[in-house]
Amino acid sequence: MTSVSTPVRDLERRRTFLAGPILDALAVTQRNLIAYKRVPQLVVFSTIQPVIFVLMFRFVFGGAIKVPGGRYVDFLMPGIFVQTTVFGSIGTAIGLATDMKSGLLERFRSLPMARSAVLAGRTLSDLTRNLFVAILMAVVGFAVGFRIHTNVVEFVVGIGIVILFGYTFSWVFATVGLAVGDPETAQAAAFPVMAPLVFASSAFVPVSSMPGWLQAFAAHQPVSVTASAVRSLMCGDACRAGSAVTNSFQAVAWCIGILVLFAPLAVRRYRNAI
Amino acid sequence: MIAAMNEAAIRVEGLTKRFGDVDALKGIDFVVPQGTVFGLLGPNGAGKTTAIRILATVLTPTSGKAEVLGYDVARQAAEVRYRIGLAGQFAAVDPNLTGRENLRLIGKLVHLPSREIGPRGAELLERFGLSDAADRPVRTYSGGMRRRLDLAAALVQRPPVLFFDEPTTGLDPQSRAQLWEMTRELVADGTTVLLTTQYMEEADRLSSQIAVINKGEVIAMDTPAALKARMGGTVIEFGLADDGTAELGAKALSRLESHSPEREREMVRLTTDEGPRVLMEALRALDSEGITPVTLTVREPSLDDVFLALTGRHAEEGDAAPTRKARGRKAGAA
Repeated sequence: MTSVSTPVRDLERRRTFLAGPILDALAVTQRNLIAYKRVPQLVVFSTIQPVIFVLMFRFVFGGAIKVPGGRYVDFLMPGIFVQTTVFGSIGTAIGLATDMKSGLLERFRSLPMARSAVLAGRTLSDLTRNLFVAILMAVVGFAVGFRIHTNVVEFVVGIGIVILFGYTFSWVFATVGLAVGDPETAQAAAFPVMAPLVFASSAFVPVSSMPGWLQAFAAHQPVSVTASAVRSLMCGDACRAGSAVTNSFQAVAWCIGILVLFAPLAVRRYRNAI
Repeated sequence: MIAAMNEAAIRVEGLTKRFGDVDALKGIDFVVPQGTVFGLLGPNGAGKTTAIRILATVLTPTSGKAEVLGYDVARQAAEVRYRIGLAGQFAAVDPNLTGRENLRLIGKLVHLPSREIGPRGAELLERFGLSDAADRPVRTYSGGMRRRLDLAAALVQRPPVLFFDEPTTGLDPQSRAQLWEMTRELVADGTTVLLTTQYMEEADRLSSQIAVINKGEVIAMDTPAALKARMGGTVIEFGLADDGTAELGAKALSRLESHSPEREREMVRLTTDEGPRVLMEALRALDSEGITPVTLTVREPSLDDVFLALTGRHAEEGDAAPTRKARGRKAGAA
């Protein structure tokens, strides 16, 4: 007598094949951004630290660091942009691990939302935050003497590469966060991955000042390649940073390579996470 | 109410789940008729949560079959997800959002038409007594309020089938009673509920059918009344003033027909299928000796008693629910 057929109300709720995943991802993005608004310390701490880095390297270490071309602050700021977004992407690991631990991921997985929405929403909201922090860093940079030696278009492309690189690292740390499933552990696990990438790089000092065995790694690893690309886009010949086109292609190639590896890993982790 | 006439809301056949080399479920079968409450009763680690997670499409089964309203949970997960609600012991709501925002988020993610999302959220907040707190971040809520919001979140899409994973674990008695009442209302409206619990009392109060589950296997399945009858009914415990009085009391009680009291220091225990009658007789017998008990406990069999009766041993410490968790009701009539 009773029927198990689909109620009309349910049919209405079916989404089209493209709009569904996008709307679901936006709903999750919005939810994550509300958290940044409501718990401002999440954003404050992710901005204070890079500001301190700018001031420290500009005024404390900067005088002792010799860079090709001359002005250290122009060499430094592209590195700061890259370092800031890499550090910021730990937020992706912490956010996902928090949701996993609290049981929210389990609820999301029982809902008819697109399977992609949690990861897409998380990485998109972290991209938004990265963009905000990058703009803030630019303001701080200009305040301490940073100047663009190329043109505005190249500067904007440089910021674009920084944001793409941060987005790429969000997927790396999404994988980490889902693998460890606990926010404190995620934070602890992220640092040993990040420290060699950020510090054994051309972000703060020229690679040529490092010992030979380290140079091979430091010159080609993704943070250096990206920092060089951003540097050639923002500072150009004034920093003797090389061809903007070649460097940018290399940086984008790294991003694509990392995404191709880590996006499926993160998705697999998400499917197996509870 | 005639279960046999209803179609199955949930059908589970030979369901297994393996994590590495651990068999969390070793082939369970059960059928839940529409509009009824089915209780999965068992200690921690028995496989209850695994079973719920498979039915809620959060986990995929290793083998066997599970259907919700005729849809296979592994192959037709999307269909299943439009018809279920999941509420759990962990109160899975976002602490940074307000109550209203949480329900709005779920409304979007279950694809309610946008004009319905706001009113549906307000209606649920009202129903669960959260209207006043609706615009406060959930991290300011009490445990009971969070659990109510969690349940409200499970109800946003008006699911015909609800899964409750230990819904009252960690709740105070008042919140627990409220939740039981809400469950009854939902079932009266035709909702089917599958609930897991460690508490015999909870399974008994709500379910029309109980499966006792242990180490991934269903070891008994019956109505609550039949299960309890198998376990030996009611436990009556008298606490007496001292050892000597207890010895006198035990002697007086041993004169009651067919009941041999057990004595543990100053405590004397009777187990019986006829609680009310035996309690009256026991009190008369004690009174005639001039003994007044210091404490009196009349309780239903606990999960530990169920296990003892079904498996011949106590539920294991550590992964099980020891007596600490068995809720005796003090001085209530059986």
